[in-house]
Amino acid sequence: MSTTTTAPAATGGAEPLVAYDDATARYDVVIGLEVHVELGTATKMFDGSSTAFGAEPNTQVSPVSLGLPGALPVVNRLAVEHGIRIGLALSCDIAESCRFARKNYFYPDMPKNFQTSQYDEPIAADGHLEVVLDDGTPWRVEVERAHLEEDTGKSTHVGGSTGRIHGADHSLVDYNRAGIPLVEVVTRPVTGAGARAPEVARAYVAALRDLLRALGVSEARMEQGQMRADVNVSLRPSPDAPLGTRTETKNVNSFRSVERAVRYEVSRQAAVLDAGRAVLQETRHWHEDTGITTSGRVKSDADDYRYFPEPDLVPVTPSRAWVEEIRATLPEMPVARRARLQGEWGYSDLEMRDVVNAGLLETISATVAAGASPAAARKWWGGELARTANERQVEVTSLPVGPEGVAELAGLVESGRINDRMARQVLEGVLAGEGTPTEVVSARGLEVVSDESALVAAVDEALAAQPDVAEKIRGGKVAAAGAVVGAVMKATRGAADAQRVREIVLERVGAAGS
Amino acid sequence: MAPAESGRPGADDLVRATAADLAQRLAAREVSSEEVVRAHLDRIAAVDGAPGDGRGVAAFLHVSGEEALAAARDVDARRAAGEDLHPAAGVPVAVKDVVVTRGTPTTAGSKILEGWVPPYDATLVERLRAAGMPLLGKTNMDEFAMGSSTEHSAYGPTRNPWDTSRTPGGSGGGSAAAVAAFEAPLAVGTDTGGSIRQPAAVTGSVGVKPTYGGISRYGLVAMASSLDQAGPCARTVLDAALLHEVMGGHDPRDATSLTDPVGALADAARSRDVRGMRVGVVRELTGEGFSDGVSASFRASLDLLADAGAEVVEVSCPTFAHALDAYYLIMPSEASSNLARFDGMRFGLRVEPSEGPVTAERVMAATRGAGFGAEVKRRIILGTYALSAGYYDAYYGSAQKVRTLVQRDFAAAFEQADVLVSPTAPTTAFPLGSRLDDPLAMYAADIATIPANLAGVPGMSLPSGLAEDGLPVGFQVMAPARADERLYRLGGALEALLEERWGGPLLASAPRLETVPATRPEVAPA
Repeated sequence: MSTTTTAPAATGGAEPLVAYDDATARYDVVIGLEVHVELGTATKMFDGSSTAFGAEPNTQVSPVSLGLPGALPVVNRLAVEHGIRIGLALSCDIAESCRFARKNYFYPDMPKNFQTSQYDEPIAADGHLEVVLDDGTPWRVEVERAHLEEDTGKSTHVGGSTGRIHGADHSLVDYNRAGIPLVEVVTRPVTGAGARAPEVARAYVAALRDLLRALGVSEARMEQGQMRADVNVSLRPSPDAPLGTRTETKNVNSFRSVERAVRYEVSRQAAVLDAGRAVLQETRHWHEDTGITTSGRVKSDADDYRYFPEPDLVPVTPSRAWVEEIRATLPEMPVARRARLQGEWGYSDLEMRDVVNAGLLETISATVAAGASPAAARKWWGGELARTANERQVEVTSLPVGPEGVAELAGLVESGRINDRMARQVLEGVLAGEGTPTEVVSARGLEVVSDESALVAAVDEALAAQPDVAEKIRGGKVAAAGAVVGAVMKATRGAADAQRVREIVLERVGAAGS
Repeated sequence: MAPAESGRPGADDLVRATAADLAQRLAAREVSSEEVVRAHLDRIAAVDGAPGDGRGVAAFLHVSGEEALAAARDVDARRAAGEDLHPAAGVPVAVKDVVVTRGTPTTAGSKILEGWVPPYDATLVERLRAAGMPLLGKTNMDEFAMGSSTEHSAYGPTRNPWDTSRTPGGSGGGSAAAVAAFEAPLAVGTDTGGSIRQPAAVTGSVGVKPTYGGISRYGLVAMASSLDQAGPCARTVLDAALLHEVMGGHDPRDATSLTDPVGALADAARSRDVRGMRVGVVRELTGEGFSDGVSASFRASLDLLADAGAEVVEVSCPTFAHALDAYYLIMPSEASSNLARFDGMRFGLRVEPSEGPVTAERVMAATRGAGFGAEVKRRIILGTYALSAGYYDAYYGSAQKVRTLVQRDFAAAFEQADVLVSPTAPTTAFPLGSRLDDPLAMYAADIATIPANLAGVPGMSLPSGLAEDGLPVGFQVMAPARADERLYRLGGALEALLEERWGGPLLASAPRLETVPATRPEVAPA
């Protein structure tokens, strides 16, 4: 963040690349991930200011979060608890005593010109996270540490073409974000993933997001910056070689981008190495639009943050009793829960993977809880609703129908009040804002014809029109009933329960034969 | 009635009264807080001048006359209405300018904060206001409390009331001089390496650095967080105890604040009984390096204590010899970080570079270059260096080890003695300008006070008499952490023994101050 070496953002022009498969055939990929998570506490890390998102700039501040002379920090107990909770969920050791340190550097978005962060004494260390790759392969990512720190303010650079400080007329800083509690989870180098490294990176970040949500410590919305990933990538000639020089691509803010950023860096670094040059140790910017990274700031050993223990705070010393209390309240871990739900729901591996990959696990779980069958819940969310969301280019969860509505719809189908075709029309009405499924059924007059005598009359009429069909059925060709059912459905304009119609057809034919 | 030095009948009596006496007279409604405050404002107008104008004591950087009078009238009205008031209600107090005061300018003696009006009160200020103590104004100090003479104030030096050609010590020379010159009955100081005690010593007043964490640091413009401690400045030990009690006690906004209750300090000050008390003379803080006059005064006080039944023993704290060196690594290291926030981005001075692009980094550099004085820059550079990668272990790390050893020396010494004593400062007040070009000589003024800061233990300085040059000498008492009441017990007893010998308070023998032309806006007459 030092502005002393503001290397201009690279020209933006594409750098030479090696085809990804070629690159991974000749180089061993090593990745590392540093994920910052904003904790969902009501107040900041070191003072009582609110952390609510989206307030007017510089309204959620206090003397402490503005770094005014004389102000002092006090550690937010809930943030520590969240840090411990995350550490436990990642199977880390929880420190018996740990101190905060000051990381000193000058930048306008840091009110004190130092960041209060855990440096050599993290709250949690030496853990791992089990993730599952797309094809179901389990992968263990080793976690080096999870530590607590405070966020900086948010800079907006005005007047430049790039939105970056380079070329801007002036900059604005919003200190509402300054002091929001963060946990930074740092992995050990991930080796051995080879060409699958980008996928591992994405799966890890996704798994971490799921974990954080399950723990209730953060909403971890990447698009709101509540979770930000720094992606480290290096190449080496072979798995036996020492680690190569790494780049750190900052603030990648979607799962897909995490994967793309790794892929891009692999291709770019391979080209650099192929040309006989050295990869620069630097931070890089990720460009969502073009899918490339550009040079940020050269990092060197000369970076000196002059860390020293924060003298305004006393060490954090979580008692073992407290840690065990927190451990006892840990929810089921996402991987275990997923396995349990798959068993309960009777989904195949493939079905379960699709549901998870589509981010539908929670939604389906809620829909089942609201009374729908697992099959119906998956059918609606993974089918019609996923298509609609795709068409509207929104998240499926932000459609104007929720688990309750879908369960209600499924219930209407199951009870036979409407059939499947009508259900699609009902859903259309619900999505158009016409009301709940039941209201749409009434308003649109979509009830299935359940008057038995009317159905029997319609069946008799259809059988009479197709006398050969009755013969075929009697002769054992039960499938021939379909033609009669079709005719009845046509006659009732679909307002009949096809299953019931089929039963009546067989009854009438049987009755006629007896 | 004594001649009215400040021109208002009875006013001299009010400004020379102790805080304890004023509190009693206010409670008995013999006098109003407004009268007391007005007498002090008149005294300030008569003798203070202003820093930089070359005359007067120049103890104040800012006088809050109207606010003080308003607060006094409020207390008087509440008293008249029969409200249950704090025992110190109505007694005015001056506050060192390193303590933030809502609505009143706070500069910490630096140009970089000129014109800054804090939007909040320090916890100790909240407590003063809650007790109904009118704030007379903000007192002068070395810039960011860095110095031992108050000459490093960006606004000009404070002068010693005993001899205005000499310094009042520092960094809290303003608070010490204000009480010694009868401009305030009480003042608040801060002590990082001796900034309350050393000025008290050279101005013939009483100053106490409580146990680290005993009074909240919330709202103290930080120099060195692990060493900074606010405390009372007064003319008597009892008065110091009264102010200490108002300000002390746990503050949830300061993570290093002690949770202990503040203790019955005034009772200890009144007890005047030292029989059986083991008084340890620190060998390393006596003799060599201390002037003859200082040593003689110190020895005379020891004799008085022994006669009164105290058991005087000698103790040794060998690592105290390295305390100054460790201090001058730890203090600048923390200061270099604490002072980073003064960058022209959010508050205070903002200076744009005289040429070239106006970038944030260049504005920061220009602001800090123009806004900080030489001593502050010296310490920032020292501290930045000491914390640098590759030097950290050798400097900051080693200094912290020395700090631990100093703490162990204290612990061992307190096995042998209930309190430790020494002269507060090696010499009496030195002439203005005499050490400005010799930082090491300036730093040496704190040689006896620094160990207490490194160990976090409480210390007091009270006057033990005059040296052969006619200037006051300070007697330092130190106690184990959280045993502040021992300071007051010994200090109160010694003070009583000395005053018996002198026939009255030492400050009564201070020379009369000349009246200087008032350079501040007049306070409207009653």
